[in-house]
Amino acid sequence: MIVQDLSTSQSTDTTMSKIPSDSVGLVTPQTAHFDTPLTLACGRTLPSYDLVYETYGELNAERSNAVLVCHALSGHHHAAGYHHEDDRKPGWWEAHIGPGKSIDTNRFFVVSLNNLGGCHGSTGPCSTDPETGRVWGPDFPMMTVTDWVHSQARLADRLGIERFAAVAGGSLGGMQVLQWTLAYPERIANALIIAATPKLSAQNIAFNEVARQAIRSDPEYYGGRYHEHDAIPRRGLKLARMIGHITYLSEDSMGYKFGRNLREDDFHFGYDVEFQVESYLRYQGDTFSTSFDANSYLLMTKVLDYFDPADIHGGDLATALAPANCPFLVVSFSSDWRFPPSRSEELVDALIQADKSVSYARIESPHGHDAFLLPEPRYQSVFSAFMGRIARDLSLKEAH
Amino acid sequence: MRSDLALIRRWVPEGAHILDLGCGDGALLDTLAREKGVSGYGLEIDPEGITACMARGVNVIEQNLDQGLANFDDNAYDLVIMTQALQALRRPDLMLDEMLRIAEECIITFPNFAYWRHRFYLGFKGYMPVSKSLPYAWYDTPNIHLSTFNDFERLCRDKDLIIRDQAVGNGDHEAHWSAKLWPNLFGETAVYRIGRHGA
Repeated sequence: MIVQDLSTSQSTDTTMSKIPSDSVGLVTPQTAHFDTPLTLACGRTLPSYDLVYETYGELNAERSNAVLVCHALSGHHHAAGYHHEDDRKPGWWEAHIGPGKSIDTNRFFVVSLNNLGGCHGSTGPCSTDPETGRVWGPDFPMMTVTDWVHSQARLADRLGIERFAAVAGGSLGGMQVLQWTLAYPERIANALIIAATPKLSAQNIAFNEVARQAIRSDPEYYGGRYHEHDAIPRRGLKLARMIGHITYLSEDSMGYKFGRNLREDDFHFGYDVEFQVESYLRYQGDTFSTSFDANSYLLMTKVLDYFDPADIHGGDLATALAPANCPFLVVSFSSDWRFPPSRSEELVDALIQADKSVSYARIESPHGHDAFLLPEPRYQSVFSAFMGRIARDLSLKEAH
Repeated sequence: MRSDLALIRRWVPEGAHILDLGCGDGALLDTLAREKGVSGYGLEIDPEGITACMARGVNVIEQNLDQGLANFDDNAYDLVIMTQALQALRRPDLMLDEMLRIAEECIITFPNFAYWRHRFYLGFKGYMPVSKSLPYAWYDTPNIHLSTFNDFERLCRDKDLIIRDQAVGNGDHEAHWSAKLWPNLFGETAVYRIGRHGA
């Protein structure tokens, strides 16, 4: 068992640093190795694999206060805190995980992992296929949300967590939460599904396909074997990220941030960067193309496309939800046009039809899909109220 | 507890599946869940009310009642409750139809515009009434369809609905005998339990 190692994951000694006091502080990722083969939805099997994860807060004696956090398309295990004193940026959900925050690490023990197929340390296309001794690359088995949830359950076993007090996630992370309620209803006490959808629309898939084509048509892609050619399909990844990024922001937030502002005073009447928004998108694309693996990105977009728990029930989501038995919190954001409020409401309506316990809030926000990552007073108060009720219920049980 | 909520409690059957339209901070649903084991949802649009519901563990759905209740199936509930919200809706008459499509019975409370204090305000002072049950000025009030006991009963007759119970709420206490005798004059809050034929 590695449970005794959990305390090493988080250092509370932040006295000398500039790290804010409402942060979990310095954190160190850990790796769990699994030798039991994992059978995947695509029919193939992963013989063994690693999962990289971080934990924040402390698991209580009853092991009842664990919260699993699931990441989105380009996310990873580093959800909160800092890896180094001089890190410029904290984890991706720093706004909502920490002492006194919505997921209060004074009360909850948070587990956040990098999903299989990712490129931040868990087994994925960049890892070596033990059977061939080559980098998996494009031969890495296709993943689904269901496969991820099974691997997450195995990590929970390893950590001695029988039942999560809550599983929470935004966007693709929210899809994992939904799958948890269906695959392991007895192991999840509360589900928080934020800025998500029960399935992608044709338009969502279309955007993903443009991103994939951008990567796969880059001459540096080499059919996914770019590692062997010492190449990276940077231009493709950059384009994929640029188009993705447009769908994460709203028209208003882009207008507010950049308007029609120019980088210099006048037009150049050429194709170099002229508008600020062009500069921003190129910068986002460039940064991403050097930090994210192309095969992982392709795989993650397919995971999104495949998710549709209602499909095996003839498209009837309410019927698909039958196994779920925990309270749900569903949150959407007014200016999110990637997964607009109507998509969250599809899920809420099906939950109501299936007589499940559900609360729903539609947060006014100008920040588009990205709003789920950001601090916003009403979002925080809804999130905190729901998590606070969970904490209260838990302490009632502990008191007995 | 508000007098209309106290009255409602008596009319809610044990273990009923209910919908509370305009549930506010969820106090009624919370009390009914603990005392009568009811289940169901509250609908609300006020952010503070929604957060309060979540903190209590009451199921609350952010939904604008004026946009209808199409996401609720026919006869899916035992009871639909609406306290102090009917007068703020764009079409109270259509809402009544919707409520009785979803459940066979509903409980409705609203401020009685014919309450003597309101009449005094309008009749003698010449101003739009302001009171504990109508605390707004004419220009910022959400109450766009005010009515009286008589008006509501006429609407029920026109729609061929059954009035199963009628009660009077006055502030935070039980109504005076005068209000029970002449509700349209002395009743501050109207409380009705109505149903439909053929159910």
